[in-house]
Amino acid sequence: MAARAIDDDTGVSEQIMDDEKLQALGELATKIRAHCLRMTHRGRSGHLGSMLSMADMMAVLYSGILKVDPANPDWYERDRFILSKGHAGAAVYAVLAEKGFIPGEWLETYYLDDGKLCGHISHHVPGVEFSTGSLGHGLPVAVGMALAAKHDGKGHRIFCMMSDGDCNEGSTWEAIMMGAQHKLDNLVGIVDYNRVQALGKMQDVIEMEPFAPKLELFGWTVRTIDGHDFQQIETALSEVPFEKGKPSWIIARTTKCRGVSWLEDTVRSHYGCVNDEELCQALNELGVCDE
Amino acid sequence: MRSAFNEELLKIARKDDRIHMVLADIGYGEIEPFAEEFPDRFYNCGVAEQNMTGVACGLAMEGKVCVTYSIANFPTLRCLEQIRNDVCYHNQNVKIVIIGGGLAYGSLGVSHHSTEDIAIMRALPDCIVCCPADIQEARAATHAMIAHEGPFYYRCGYKQEPDLHQGKIDFQIGKAIQVCDGSDVTVIGTGTITYRAWQAAEILADEGIEARVISMHTVKPIDREAIIAAARETGGIVTVEEHNICGGLGGAVAEVVAEAGLGIRFKMIALPDTYVHIVGTHEWLLDYYGFSPQAIAATVRELLA
Repeated sequence: MAARAIDDDTGVSEQIMDDEKLQALGELATKIRAHCLRMTHRGRSGHLGSMLSMADMMAVLYSGILKVDPANPDWYERDRFILSKGHAGAAVYAVLAEKGFIPGEWLETYYLDDGKLCGHISHHVPGVEFSTGSLGHGLPVAVGMALAAKHDGKGHRIFCMMSDGDCNEGSTWEAIMMGAQHKLDNLVGIVDYNRVQALGKMQDVIEMEPFAPKLELFGWTVRTIDGHDFQQIETALSEVPFEKGKPSWIIARTTKCRGVSWLEDTVRSHYGCVNDEELCQALNELGVCDE
Repeated sequence: MRSAFNEELLKIARKDDRIHMVLADIGYGEIEPFAEEFPDRFYNCGVAEQNMTGVACGLAMEGKVCVTYSIANFPTLRCLEQIRNDVCYHNQNVKIVIIGGGLAYGSLGVSHHSTEDIAIMRALPDCIVCCPADIQEARAATHAMIAHEGPFYYRCGYKQEPDLHQGKIDFQIGKAIQVCDGSDVTVIGTGTITYRAWQAAEILADEGIEARVISMHTVKPIDREAIIAAARETGGIVTVEEHNICGGLGGAVAEVVAEAGLGIRFKMIALPDTYVHIVGTHEWLLDYYGFSPQAIAATVRELLA
């Protein structure tokens, strides 16, 4: 399968990813999804939809975009990745396990008594930069880290992945304004724009559209991509900063619970998890055989 | 006291380039010297305390020592979740400084009264809670705060508070300072109101009642030893705080006394559990709520009767 060219209106330059890389990303994303399904099933915990909508971006970020080292997670020159939508932390745990930051067995303890991994992302886990769980906390901290890097003349970047709900929080907009004020072109905001929130579809909660123009008016350079298209994700993330002297914002259009057909784009997938029968069915859909 | 704080901070910042100030558009007439001398270590976040605290945390995670600074409740309650989840949970070097604890901004009204902060801040794990009583304590506390690794809440006075201590003090976090000794009763104060507690002790001294006065500048971690000694060696304890009666200094002292199994005569002088909507200057409101030296002395007398 060859990557398709990018739409003109996305502003993302055309670049064809080789088949080998595409296949590797596809396999990693599938593994992340399968881990998330099993973890939430085992833990009877929620937020599966939020995890699966960002799984493809996790695969790309941890396959060459983020400068990180599993053997040395606190390496100073690393890029910082903050997951502000902490409820989807299992997707990060999954990729950290696949990349060797944490033992794979830890995933089996997710959400369970005396487990290694709690439901919302925790900095007590190697490779996790920052704990979140209440929305609106990630971007201000990312701004602080970006200011520090600028002050110290360091070249690492700060990536902050947010949810739709994150963008409801006033603190996120406070940080958006400050990021532009200080010309933080080492800062990248990514929104997993699945448009399904905890109680309903975005249009019925707080509509963000016109989203990109809002951010542009706030002083950021914005690109809108298909958050499930590896080529588009890779290209956008490879080209940050989009403009010197401005922070970059990626609106990644995604589908909630992508990969589990009957739960895609549903509010139920925000809090729900799959039952025994659904787990088998979902893993089958992903082409993963459960033992 | 706020000027003393800013002077000390500036002195320390000249030697310690980790220090960054992160503000939310408050500090006129006080913070300019720092801003002018260290423009690359000074951030005005605009009126956005949540972001201020998150940004300070992010900077601290990169090795900076950040001071967030504003008046009354603005840098605490407005951004309490950022203080809890970001700063304290990650045990970061963020120093939260308020100017005008208690009723210092008297006539400005309830929005500017910081009267629940001690209770709230001392409930946060890993957060030091410090309320200097006078300018000497304030200067020493500034140094102690920066030297301390981790979150620190500093409740600063607003104006030229009188000196509580005559001689030099030995200021250590978590170690109370005895202002004067006595065996009839102990009066424990925290913050600038401690001066009035000492004035009350002077009144009592004239009547032959010898009061031990203690400045409990650190409410967390509290000096258990000083409290237990006071309970054992004197005829009772009276706490004095410019704070709601729930969960502040009085509560903290009572916890120690009760857990130590010491049944003693005990009284808390604090604000009633209400919002102070009565209009008045700082001094007037303090008198109104029973913090005049005479009223404090009367409460002590009543306890001992």
